[in-house]
Amino acid sequence: MKTSELILAIETSCDETAAAVIEGGTVIRSNVVASQIESHKRFGGVVPEIASRHHVEQITIVIEEALQQAGVEKKDLDAIAVTQGPGLIGALLVGVNAAKALAFSIGKPLIGVHHIAGHIYANRLEQEFAFPLLALVVSGGHTELVLMKEHGSFEVIGETRDDAAGEAYDKVARTLQLPYPGGPRIDKLAAEGKESIDFPRAWLESESYDFSFSGLKSAVINTLHNAKQKGETYPPADVAASFQASVIEVLVGKTLRAAEEYGAKQVIVAGGVAANSGLRAALEQAFADKQADLLIPPLALCTDNAAMIGAAASISYHQGKFADLAMNARASMPL
Amino acid sequence: MTILAMDTSNQLLGVAIVKDGITLGEHVMHGHRDHSVRLLPAIEQLMKETKTAPEDLDRIVVGQGPGSYTGVRISMATAKTMAWALDIDVIGVSSLEALAYQGQLFSGYVCPFFDARRGQVYTALYASSPNSMEQVEEAVNPLFTEWLEQLRDKGEKVLFLSPDIEIYRDIITETLGDQAVIPENSMHYARPSVLAQIGAARQADNLHQIVPDYVRLTEAESNWLKQQEQQK
Ligand SMILES: [Zn+2]
Repeated sequence: MKTSELILAIETSCDETAAAVIEGGTVIRSNVVASQIESHKRFGGVVPEIASRHHVEQITIVIEEALQQAGVEKKDLDAIAVTQGPGLIGALLVGVNAAKALAFSIGKPLIGVHHIAGHIYANRLEQEFAFPLLALVVSGGHTELVLMKEHGSFEVIGETRDDAAGEAYDKVARTLQLPYPGGPRIDKLAAEGKESIDFPRAWLESESYDFSFSGLKSAVINTLHNAKQKGETYPPADVAASFQASVIEVLVGKTLRAAEEYGAKQVIVAGGVAANSGLRAALEQAFADKQADLLIPPLALCTDNAAMIGAAASISYHQGKFADLAMNARASMPL
Repeated sequence: MTILAMDTSNQLLGVAIVKDGITLGEHVMHGHRDHSVRLLPAIEQLMKETKTAPEDLDRIVVGQGPGSYTGVRISMATAKTMAWALDIDVIGVSSLEALAYQGQLFSGYVCPFFDARRGQVYTALYASSPNSMEQVEEAVNPLFTEWLEQLRDKGEKVLFLSPDIEIYRDIITETLGDQAVIPENSMHYARPSVLAQIGAARQADNLHQIVPDYVRLTEAESNWLKQQEQQK
């Protein structure tokens, strides 16, 4: 099996139609993303049926572009990879069926990839992994601490018991009447405000690595509601700063403790919320004098893309883990 | 010319391989579930049994809907990507039209339809004579009771074809009486080889631009349009 294999990867789990060509698991030959943000904006969030419709419109266009930009012919590919789940089922189905059709047509092996494995492996496009490795995965749908002892092995040591961090961001953004997508707006606003409101920190049991953000979300909504009834207002920037401070303190605190307990050589941050500048700064500060190396991917690799799917697929390729043509999309699946 | 035809837009999963007008093989499965699991294995199996290699294909014909949103996307994503991968033509054919061809020996109106829930159907109207099948009404998404009244007012015989015929059999005969013709069960399913036959004579679609014919907007879009309307 060659080490510089070329994998065409497809990702359609939410509202980005994406395709990429990855060489040897670490080199990005192309990384094409057709974003749908504009068309979901007027609805204040991703509408699954509309996302699925857009994927069918874009799928062959992004695949073609990915090959063209990579300067690669179909016959040069060694495998076709695709996000199998988790995600929006209707959206995933477009990518999965396209990948199966392509793999069958050109007679190449098929690889199904877990979306979160993809987010974690986005970091390997920047730097080789060192184990044990701890990954903090934060996105609209996920808040997890994942321990990796070797390539392709994932142990979830902590996860959210209710809302994902990104979900809490979106809901608070809506309460503050910020336009969609709300996460980046809160981050920006928070930088202008000061932490003047004391929102709760959900540490849960002292040894737990699990998260909970629904209490915080409710606290923000209630605080604003009560203030309004009394005819008072809080500066939105201060609300954003105070909310973000609570989220970040818990995320960073648990990550730090887990990194020490498991003797992590690397701590990597993955998922859309990894783009959050407040979180990045706090993690950098916390890990500045620690043993573990902190890795945060560049912004373009934090949000959903297919390069990360290709990077994760490379491990499956070398481990000989292939899917057959009966592979189905899965809205939820274990890591 | 070797054609691969496929449709998963409704209950039926249908795949056919037709070479120079001769059907080499057909695979049909009933039941809405697992189209995504079954489609590619069905294609692979049929191609193997008919000794057809992917490179032998000249065009792909796909049932374009209407039907289940998810179902129609499964075959469309598959057909488009296969056509792109093999650098061959893709042709979309209405799933209603393919069904209407089950009545190609009938003289009169042919009304194929699929249940769209809440009393609605996806339907269209064709005028059939032994030598031709002409579309006289575009695909629409009406309340079936209203659609039936329109058909009754035409005053001619109408052949009804639908995998969902049992849901609506009584209302059809109540509304149209003798005008309604409802054939035996086996006639209510479109054959994938017919899809290939229709697609053989058509001009190719634009591969990147072809999309399912959903016939209706998403709920979010129609609500949004209503809101815009009210704000005017
Ligand atoms: Zn993601």
